[in-house]
Amino acid sequence: MRYSGLRVIAEALTGHKGWKPVWRDPAPQPDYDIVIVGGGGHGLATAYYLAKEFGQKRIAVLEKGWLGSGNVGRNTTIIRSNYLLDGNEPFYEFSLRLWEGLEQDFNYNAMVSQRGIINLIHTDAQRDAFTRRGNAMILNGADAELLDQAQVRAMYPFLNFDNARFPIKGALMQRRGGTVRHDAVAWGYARGADSRGVDLIQNCEVTGMRIAGGRILGLETTRGFIGARKVGVAVAGSSSRVMAHAGLRLPIESHALQAFVSEGLKPFIDGVMTFGAGHFYVSQSDKGGLVFGGDIDGYNSYAARGNLPVIEDVAEGGMALMPAIGRARLLRIWGGIMDMSMDGSPIIDRTPVEGLYFNGGWCYGGFKATPASGWCFAHLLARDEPHPTARAYRFDRFLRGLMIDEKGQGAQPNLH
Amino acid sequence: MSTRLATGGRLIDRTRPLGFSFDGARLRGYAGDTLASALLANDRMLVGRSFKYHRPRGILASGAEEPNALLGLGTGARFEPNVRATQQPLFEGATATSQNAWPSLAFDIGILNDLAARLLPAGFYYKTFIHPRPFWKHLFEPVIRRAAGLGRAPREADADRYEQLYAFADVLVAGGGVAGIAAALAAAATGARVILAEQTAHWGGRAPVDGDRIDGQAAAEWVAAALARLGAMPNVTLLPRTMVAGVYDHGYVLAEETLADDPAPGHARRRLWRIRARRIIAATGAIERPLAFAGNDRPGVMLASAVRDYVVNWAVSPGDRTVIVTNNDDAYRTALALLDAGLAVPAILDARPEATGALPAALRARGVRVEAGRAVARVLGRGRVRAVQTCLQAGEGAVIDEIPCEAVAMSGGWSPVVHLWSHCGGKLRWDEGRAMFAPDPARPPTGADGAAMVIAAGAASGALHATDCLRDGHEAGRRAAAEGGSMPPEAASPAEAPHAEAPAEAPLMPVWRMPQGAGVRLAAKMWLDFQNDVKVSDVELAAREGYQSVEHAKRYTTLGMATDQGKTSNINGLAVLAGAIDAPIPAVGTTTFRPPYTPVVIGTLAGEARGAVFQPLRRTPIHGWHEARGAHWEPVGQWRRPYCFPQGGESHADAVRREVLAVRNAVGLLDASTLGKILVKGPDAGRFLDMLYTGVMSTLPVGKCRYGLMCNENGFLSDDGVVARLSEDTFLCHTTSGGADRIHGWMEDWLQCEWWDWKVYTANLTEQYAQIAVVGPKARAVLEGLGGIDVSAEAFPFMAWVEGTLGGIPARIYRISFSGELSYEIAVPAARGLELWERLMDAAAPHGATPYGTEALHVLRAEKGFIMIGDETDGTVTPQDLNLGWAISKKKADYLGKRGQERSFLTHPDRWRLVGLETLDGSVLPDGAYAVAEGTNANGQRNTQGRVTSTYFSPTLGRGIAMGLIARGPERMGEVVGFPTLDGRVVQARICDPVFYDKAGEKQNV
Repeated sequence: MRYSGLRVIAEALTGHKGWKPVWRDPAPQPDYDIVIVGGGGHGLATAYYLAKEFGQKRIAVLEKGWLGSGNVGRNTTIIRSNYLLDGNEPFYEFSLRLWEGLEQDFNYNAMVSQRGIINLIHTDAQRDAFTRRGNAMILNGADAELLDQAQVRAMYPFLNFDNARFPIKGALMQRRGGTVRHDAVAWGYARGADSRGVDLIQNCEVTGMRIAGGRILGLETTRGFIGARKVGVAVAGSSSRVMAHAGLRLPIESHALQAFVSEGLKPFIDGVMTFGAGHFYVSQSDKGGLVFGGDIDGYNSYAARGNLPVIEDVAEGGMALMPAIGRARLLRIWGGIMDMSMDGSPIIDRTPVEGLYFNGGWCYGGFKATPASGWCFAHLLARDEPHPTARAYRFDRFLRGLMIDEKGQGAQPNLH
Repeated sequence: MSTRLATGGRLIDRTRPLGFSFDGARLRGYAGDTLASALLANDRMLVGRSFKYHRPRGILASGAEEPNALLGLGTGARFEPNVRATQQPLFEGATATSQNAWPSLAFDIGILNDLAARLLPAGFYYKTFIHPRPFWKHLFEPVIRRAAGLGRAPREADADRYEQLYAFADVLVAGGGVAGIAAALAAAATGARVILAEQTAHWGGRAPVDGDRIDGQAAAEWVAAALARLGAMPNVTLLPRTMVAGVYDHGYVLAEETLADDPAPGHARRRLWRIRARRIIAATGAIERPLAFAGNDRPGVMLASAVRDYVVNWAVSPGDRTVIVTNNDDAYRTALALLDAGLAVPAILDARPEATGALPAALRARGVRVEAGRAVARVLGRGRVRAVQTCLQAGEGAVIDEIPCEAVAMSGGWSPVVHLWSHCGGKLRWDEGRAMFAPDPARPPTGADGAAMVIAAGAASGALHATDCLRDGHEAGRRAAAEGGSMPPEAASPAEAPHAEAPAEAPLMPVWRMPQGAGVRLAAKMWLDFQNDVKVSDVELAAREGYQSVEHAKRYTTLGMATDQGKTSNINGLAVLAGAIDAPIPAVGTTTFRPPYTPVVIGTLAGEARGAVFQPLRRTPIHGWHEARGAHWEPVGQWRRPYCFPQGGESHADAVRREVLAVRNAVGLLDASTLGKILVKGPDAGRFLDMLYTGVMSTLPVGKCRYGLMCNENGFLSDDGVVARLSEDTFLCHTTSGGADRIHGWMEDWLQCEWWDWKVYTANLTEQYAQIAVVGPKARAVLEGLGGIDVSAEAFPFMAWVEGTLGGIPARIYRISFSGELSYEIAVPAARGLELWERLMDAAAPHGATPYGTEALHVLRAEKGFIMIGDETDGTVTPQDLNLGWAISKKKADYLGKRGQERSFLTHPDRWRLVGLETLDGSVLPDGAYAVAEGTNANGQRNTQGRVTSTYFSPTLGRGIAMGLIARGPERMGEVVGFPTLDGRVVQARICDPVFYDKAGEKQNV
């Protein structure tokens, strides 16, 4: 069923009784060519591109809860490609380009909204670093420009420009950055995958992997054994637990990241703003809520909720940047589990088990990567070789010293 | 019309009238009013507009669950949007404004959306606005964004103050209704430390309004006596106007206390409580559910409990005639309250097939028309209720009769407030008989000891009836004290719970749609979420389209996502969903309960950490001197350091040039106090530093200094600095200014987690010393001017340190150089820093006495080819990349980073390595530029072969100089490479030796 404004008008005349389900609710088949574990953004995108771009058939996505119930349903919705390092920037730029045509591609309005993202600059050293980043982005075909203080002031006159430690001296801007309605991404991919014959199986948790002779045969699930020629795991937040079924330990720690939304306010922040020095970033949704966040909670956890210290840090950072928001109210705080990798960058790779592939380690940056992650994982699953933009996301980079450490933090997952 | 009754009102003080305004109209209320009760008393039935369709909205509720009555309050720097009128006490001069309406609340152009409502069902925007793509950015979204939001965002810096404090309790009781009070009494009697928090300004919850009797007294009297007892107990803290917002791991609780609505200057407005509680009693009551009938969103349709509250608490009549519509006995209490106030109840429409309990009988006895099996077919009246049309609940909505009225009081039953139970993972059970989700005692949230840390009590646990509620509260208090208190469980807790006398109630009948057989036309007028405009038909549409998980339905329809977070809508919505997909309600389940319970102002969470104390500025002892000399400042880590000292009308660039030349030709003074200084002491100190640094520190003789590099486990350079050996077992490690805390933490990480048996301790002495660098050919003469220490080349050679009294000030002097010049760094106790600085300036006067800043420091080091952490390094650069192999021991078995550096990519010959760069025309190479190579790679990315790391104008050489990392750089001396810039130019530069000045290193060693 194709969506359009005309269709909505036609349905309105009949009480909206003609709308069809966005996806089927199939029972699992005994076996598939490819099974994707994880019905989140990356898993659904993988299935979608496998069917649409790579001509694969007999595909299933297994989701332990409801489609989109992972981090695609609980992030702060930002898209951007303002990365520095060679291993990352081409990939994220590829992703941003896929975002730019996504809605037309899957005929679902996910509200891809390129209202721009700025990273605030407070010191000369930061300006040098952001200049370098801007150069790296441009060399990779992305857009970047440096704003001076007056340009930032013209956009957001209510910021605190005069804090002694964090005077705002300018910003690195990527105009093509922005936000996307996150749930709609999962739904759009799910609908697109389903219409191409992919079985989306909800409430189906993987409880074990059947492996013989170093090769994956299928998955034990709460809905019985499901055979598979190839299995792709894309279960950010649960990666270490799911891969443990194959006896694999990952270079990943699990941490909660909290996100925040305020009550609805009339729009006053057009784009996305990051105040890295104050550990705070913010945008305003099309509904009017300020959507913001800060650092991850420092301890390891699988509980999708955070704790008070980060909440206070974030509120402080917000008020330091925007002293007026003291009287705005925080409506809801939630948490999700991040796969924090050893260098802050993701992994899309084969595993030592033949036929078992892994996609994870997205840290707190997985949402913006969704289209490219799906495309590149589909590429790897279908052709058994990495997509050119994801070539760096290998497990063995830690062994070889090819870390992709944007922040230069070293091997400390909770600091990335 | 709604109006104030002549008598009554248990919470208002008629002797204290208050003036306030609403949308400019001057109105009056009384002390004790809420903004909502005062507005109703002034016949302000219309108080807002809904989010999506801009439908007229009146007050629905009387407490935290209110979805409609959201107002702007205050002006200027005290303007606050989205204030819930039902929770805001009235105060003199309050300025309230309506929201989300233009040009006015009464005539809102946004109502056009309502006329088009059929075109705008749930999720319509996912199916439209797709083509053509540019229209979204330039047309559709700007229109949507213009309509977004409710209240205006505050624009001025918040003028008020907020406090924060910590508290500890054996038992925290959230909720000051009778269950909470009974719990607090029982727990406090054992001697346990008890905190009792109540979100409103009043104790007792619903009991005083409902008119029940407790232990032979009127409920209000019992509450007053109980509060007096609790108030007299030293182990009890009473916190009215304190909303427990969230429960976190291990009994950590966040609560927000309102201290003043209109605080006096300098006084705090709100206070954040961080409470660590051994046991938490959630006595948070229950929330009444609306009924879903057509037109239930009209102003004048209110919750039955709210009507009762307004009549009893605030003597406000919602109208002369109120029709009651219910599926339970409790709503009959509202009819009693209305009758007692002299108001009319034309009819009670009870959806149940029969209404035979004690309460219906009482109403019938008073002559009220009680109709069983009856429902509301639709509400008439647009801006406010005019009449209701009745029908059979079991039917499809054929109108039986029409009852004129000004208000409708509805009750669909009660839902326990389970938020605090659920925040940390407590599970719920579905109570079929009473149609509600209640805490499942078998699956509680557990704390650090693995035991239940939250105990639900009273109505929050499902004990809705007053008798059960008190017993439940009492037992919860005893149990919490036994588990969380320090007293034995049999300690002085009264065994008997307070006893309530209240009429028995007949069971309710679940009603999720009224009438049962209503079709889509009626369903499209049955509101579930009043603020976000989600109707029964929207949830059914979501179900039809396959959004059948409760989370899908919520996210697709926005049900429960408004500022009330679905307090009145979630249960009704999921019941409708369950009906639509023909699943039992417990199989559908609830969405996740997340903190805060009601929204918390961001100011409370930030507290005093705002403005200048957000992250306080650190100042050196000489800071004031710099300030007085007009230093141009630069933030450096937590510090602010002088960038340069411009004189007269001098530009910054000219000042830097003058400062550099003064150092090269005479002498300059630098405030180096920010330099990190970490003392490392103990028998294993040398062994420890040998692991920490790439070089060997254990062989350093006492009295000498050595430059050292620190790497992380990956082998990348993370900090550098000079180490001085103060005694056999004591080293002083200098770090970068920004790195002191990080490196100190790094040291402690290794000592505490890995080498915990090594006998070493560390102390960060950074602020204990002022440190001044005296730099330049005349440096020795300056120090000799102060006298007291022999600073001759013979007595005090390069890379040594001495201790003594310099010009009468105890000092330690390090002969080290970051400029290539003769240089002494003098450390004195911080309190003597300014004195030494001024003495040195005096002594340097004959030589120009030039203070210099960080930019000159950078230029001086760059002219010498010295690296700077953060410029030449970014966490991906090894010491070997920077040609610092000489500072890496080849003999040591291990050091942090050694194994990392042996990996194949880190030893690859193609790595980018440090070189000097000079532009062909002598200009300054742009910072942050990359050196490009021929062609593109597989991703279409322009190939690169290096980048600029530092670039300056060198006053000494009179041209631009730069350092950079270039692939195989040191092998390519003399080669020219191109650097494209952000503005599209390409600058050509020649690879050269990074040491631009005094290549032999003679000047620092004289």
